[in-house]
Amino acid sequence: MGHIQLKGVKKNFGDVTVIPTLDLEIEDGKFVVFVGPSGCGKSTLLRLIAGLEDVTEGVVEIDGQDATGLPPAKRRLAMVFQSYALYPHMSVRKNIAFPMKMARIPQEEQEQRITEAARVLNLTDYLDRRPGQLSGGQRQRVAIGRAIVREPAAFLFDEPLSNLDAALRVGMRLEISELHKRLATTMIYVTHDQVEAMTMADKIVVLNAGVIEQVGSPLELYREPRNLFVAGFIGSPRMNLLEGSVAEKYDAHIVGIRPEHIEVSAASGDWTGTVGVSEHLGSDTFFRVNVEGFAEPVTVRADGDVDLHYGDTIHLTPDPHQLHRFDRDSARLA
Amino acid sequence: MARGVTISRKSVNTIAAGVLGLLMFFPVLWIVILSFKTEGDAIKAPLEILFGTGWTTESYGTVQARSDYFKHFSNSLIISLGSTFLGLLIAVPAAWSMAFVPAKRTKDVLMWMLSTKMLPPVGVLVPIYLIFRDLGILDTRSGLVIVLMLINLPIIIWMLYTYFREIPGEILEAARMDGATLREEVVHVLIPMAIPGMASTVLLNIILAWNEAFWTLNLTAAKAAPLTAFIASYSSPEGLFYAKLSAASVMAIAPILMMGWFSQKQLVRGLTFGAVK
Ligand SMILES: Nc1ncnc2c1ncn2[C@@H]1O[C@H](COP(=O)(O)OP(=O)(O)OP(=O)(O)O)[C@@H](O)[C@H]1O
Ligand SMILES: [Mg+2]
Repeated sequence: MGHIQLKGVKKNFGDVTVIPTLDLEIEDGKFVVFVGPSGCGKSTLLRLIAGLEDVTEGVVEIDGQDATGLPPAKRRLAMVFQSYALYPHMSVRKNIAFPMKMARIPQEEQEQRITEAARVLNLTDYLDRRPGQLSGGQRQRVAIGRAIVREPAAFLFDEPLSNLDAALRVGMRLEISELHKRLATTMIYVTHDQVEAMTMADKIVVLNAGVIEQVGSPLELYREPRNLFVAGFIGSPRMNLLEGSVAEKYDAHIVGIRPEHIEVSAASGDWTGTVGVSEHLGSDTFFRVNVEGFAEPVTVRADGDVDLHYGDTIHLTPDPHQLHRFDRDSARLA
Repeated sequence: MARGVTISRKSVNTIAAGVLGLLMFFPVLWIVILSFKTEGDAIKAPLEILFGTGWTTESYGTVQARSDYFKHFSNSLIISLGSTFLGLLIAVPAAWSMAFVPAKRTKDVLMWMLSTKMLPPVGVLVPIYLIFRDLGILDTRSGLVIVLMLINLPIIIWMLYTYFREIPGEILEAARMDGATLREEVVHVLIPMAIPGMASTVLLNIILAWNEAFWTLNLTAAKAAPLTAFIASYSSPEGLFYAKLSAASVMAIAPILMMGWFSQKQLVRGLTFGAVK
């Protein structure tokens, strides 16, 4: 079980309101990602759920029970920190055993669970080392191992991969997703990396300045961002957001079109421009195109083998079905 | 080229450090030398002392015969260990709460504590003396334990505070998430992680208490006199007791020097407030 509900939760630090009143429901077994720019309150929200911070107002319910006043130790949640927060004076085995020791689980049972966790996380050969003698990826695995052995109601992750290099990050991402599939336990995962959010989440919560901008599945957010913030935040590279006469033509204050929804042609199209810098990713190439009459360059996706060069004149046509329209208050127009 | 520069700079540094070290060590060395001379030889010109006179352990014998070294030694031991232990009892909870549950004024409180160290002790000598007299704890070891604990308490608290602050809060939070109670968090996580820091604090404080010579001289007569008083009893304006004074000094500082020698690493860490890893 791991059904978490926040009702009217608010958090102030001194005089500063970091999270204005907010409601959120996290269903049992879901992989929920909190995503948003730095300083938007993701960690704070997670820590409120964990009990490491006290709410200023509102109620935190875990499995239907009011947990607002419960200390972290009593909430049956496990947390993986960005800094891993392993106990430096204990071996890997003792680190993993620690929560079970606190829960007074019998010794043989502990041994069994450690062996199992070590097998799953490829830590068997490192059990007798100290955390200081491990690589970043291995430390992260130990932190995860320490979290899974106590079989918590939910896992909380605070940017667990941000200290790892890119390749390792992709690997760990897959491992955590797999772990979620296998355990089917609720996971709440904080990141500012929208690629992590898109690839891992069942449900994404987009936060901005402590306010929930939108909650939905990755595809919902991608296809129907509710406002400009979400439109600009979800998707990589960013959605093109165009103001002025282009937008007026579509009866909106701002129109958005993703790089992958613009057709490139050498012969003709709605917009004409010259090719600027390009990023070749192999499979795809992203071009910056300076379109006549636009204030900012437009980013366009093309196949990896398309033959365009700096300074070439090209024509662009946005897919009208994929156009996002926003009003003056930056809300989505139907 | 680059290599040559580094090497010559290195040797200059080494020589400078060596000279400086010798300069600082010289007085101690001289005391040791004098302690093995007769009183008559000890007042001669330095070069003559070094090359023109014989060696003897007679001063040590006289000093031990005239005043009871072991009584003073045990007083010193009790006073420095006692004040350190008592100080820890008070400082650990104080540093703990300031490091982990800081309030708006925590920094001010710390500064205030440190500022008490800037007060010249002689400024409070009379009141303390009178209080001690009225309480009947003049010339008692417990009186000295209390006063030395009080004067070193700001330093103990500061050091412990600095060490506790070095422990990442997330590790303690992790313990809390792992189901540890406050007591378990302290016993299983905080204390094991703070032990090196606590050890340096204890060592430094023992040394400070051992060497303290203002209160120990002013508040004792005979019964509770520690080694500082033992040395002082051989200093006389006429300077006729150089050899005995030196012998007494060597006997007084030898134990603490040895302790310092064996715990160098810990001490350096302590004196630099943990900056050396
Ligand atoms: N203990 C605290 N006291 C005062 N302000 C705090 C405290 N913790 C966080 N804040 C403030 O609350 C806001 C949200 O912080 P939080 O750490 O939740 O952001 P975040 O979304 O996790 O950012 P990041 O992606 O950089 O980790 C920030 O403006 C931060 O300065
Ligand atoms: Mg954060």
